[in-house]
Amino acid sequence: MRTLKFLLRKEFRQIFRDKSIVALIFFMPCIQLIVMPLAADYEVRNVNLAVVDHDKSPYSQKLISKVIASGYFKLQGYNASFKEALSLIESDQADLILEIPQGFERNLIREDKQKLFVAVNAINGTKANLGGSYLNSIIGAFNADIRMQLIQQPRFSQFPVIDIVPSNWFNPVLNYKIYIVPGILAILVTMVGGFLSALNIVKEKEIGTIEQINVTPIKKHIFILGKLIPFWVLAFIIFTIGLILARVFYGIAPIGSLFVLYLFIAVYLLTVLGFGLLVSTFCDTQQQAMFIMFFFMMVFILLGGLFTSIDSMPEWAKLVTRLNPVRYMIEVMRMVILKGSGLRDVLPHLAAVAIMAVVLNGWAILNYKKTN
Amino acid sequence: MAADEKVIVADKLTKRFGDFIATNEITFEVSKGEIFGFLGANGAGKTTAMRMLCGLSAPTSGNAQIAGYDIYSQTELIKKNIGYMSQKFSLYENLTILENIEFFGGIYGLTDQQIKVKTEELVNRLGLKSEAKKLVGSLPLGWKQKLSFSVAVLHEPKIVFLDEPTGGVDPVTRRQFWDLIYEAADRGITIFVTTHYMDEAEYCNRISIMVDGRLEVLDTPANLKRSFGVGTMDEVFYQLARSAKRGD
Ligand SMILES: Nc1ncnc2c1ncn2[C@@H]1O[C@H](COP(=O)(O)OP(=O)(O)OP(=O)(O)O)[C@@H](O)[C@H]1O
Ligand SMILES: [Mg+2]
Repeated sequence: MRTLKFLLRKEFRQIFRDKSIVALIFFMPCIQLIVMPLAADYEVRNVNLAVVDHDKSPYSQKLISKVIASGYFKLQGYNASFKEALSLIESDQADLILEIPQGFERNLIREDKQKLFVAVNAINGTKANLGGSYLNSIIGAFNADIRMQLIQQPRFSQFPVIDIVPSNWFNPVLNYKIYIVPGILAILVTMVGGFLSALNIVKEKEIGTIEQINVTPIKKHIFILGKLIPFWVLAFIIFTIGLILARVFYGIAPIGSLFVLYLFIAVYLLTVLGFGLLVSTFCDTQQQAMFIMFFFMMVFILLGGLFTSIDSMPEWAKLVTRLNPVRYMIEVMRMVILKGSGLRDVLPHLAAVAIMAVVLNGWAILNYKKTN
Repeated sequence: MAADEKVIVADKLTKRFGDFIATNEITFEVSKGEIFGFLGANGAGKTTAMRMLCGLSAPTSGNAQIAGYDIYSQTELIKKNIGYMSQKFSLYENLTILENIEFFGGIYGLTDQQIKVKTEELVNRLGLKSEAKKLVGSLPLGWKQKLSFSVAVLHEPKIVFLDEPTGGVDPVTRRQFWDLIYEAADRGITIFVTTHYMDEAEYCNRISIMVDGRLEVLDTPANLKRSFGVGTMDEVFYQLARSAKRGD
């Protein structure tokens, strides 16, 4: 359509003429992606740990020194009983308790079984949970090391070698970033796309230029497309910048195919932008649009699975997340970037956001009134 | 003006906002090529009526045909055939003069060649050659209004609706603005214009005056002055508007 060409030209001119928007578009991803993971990193370096060692064996000592040596824990107490350690948690001095049972060394060698008990302080849940997962991974690495050593002794040679997986590749902090960076990137494109599209039409309403558009014979779907495409392109650029930053600063390169990733993003962005446009057709002022977008963005992000895992949500919340596009985005980002999932794996996600895209954009076109 | 083609036919056109009747059963006709003045005190309902005629606002009741098209069912056809200059300046301030012309020309379906020719004509006519690449927001009000009018008639519509096009503009520029209006009328474009300036009312072929949402009188300026027994349009307006309850 010829009209569309003129709409797009006008929209891009306006966007790139507004220096603050350009700055926002390009600096926001940089700052968020560089600063946010660093800030999060600082916090998890100081997990306060209380240890209860009932075994007091060389192996338990080795495990404890390994945990401390990781540098992410501060030993707050070496307690005789779990009760004592618990009092540290109660007084908020400890975030985590590691309890090593009696017979730890013996069980580990004889029965190739170990039981450890890790308790976390739920007050500062994020920190403790994160600390808990570090601790688990360190224990996992320790376990693998032990078995490595044991296997070298001939009498254990009947153990199949392939079962022994050295876990020293595992770096807890890097892992945390690998986990958080794709999520932040997902939220970033969502926020930028959602807000820019929601505020744009409303701004035209506020300054009155929309009247001049509405009095022309322009088709509604062309008008909406003219608003959709520019922000779609912008969000794509931001996403690409984000991927490059993730690569440069954190060495995170998608394991899966970029094609699958971009295909999903292309559809996902239509959903987000459609949502923004829909909100803007309901609002008369930028303030209204801002508040409504804030509300939904908060809900989308909180129920998006970035900070709290969806598995641990109550049933009703799990149901709600099915309508949450951000949830699909974060999942797909992690699946493709971290696990290397292919097109077939993300097909259900793709279908979900595609349906939402059609509904939201269709609704936006219907609800955009040239005559009121 | 012969008994010729009517380009605007309004029949008991009404717009309510809740209990409030902004435009109350207005009935009138405008002939092709006419310069039709639409007068009334602040809040009389002029803008409301005009927005209905342009297809921007759906009437509560009544009927109207614009350029032969129905105001309820054929708004998009109406929009093809009219130009509109709203009371609030509404070109894009962060685009240049050239960019605004190109954009609206394109939206109205002009070809690239037509846009080029029209742009030249317009820029030369308004003497904006050296400003053509400046942002519209940086222009003085008088120039903005002239530009806005020129953009509204860029696609040679049958009718152009002008909502207080000269509000706040200096007398010299107002004169120049009316020159533009006459040129458009000479090309056969029907002019529907609201104003608060009574000297401008005299420039119109016929004028109507709205009071509190009703269309009280409609005639040529000369006939109105005669029937009210006064010497100026000012006095006609004053006599009518004095009875008004509204105003802001
Ligand atoms: N959307 C709306 N909702 C409620 N009332 C409205 C709305 N639009 C206009 N009005 C009211 O209708 C009345 C007529 O307004 P309108 O803008 O048509 O007057 P006007 O004749 O153009 O006045 P002015 O000379 O000040 O431009 C006013 O009292 C106004 O407050
Ligand atoms: Mg008005």
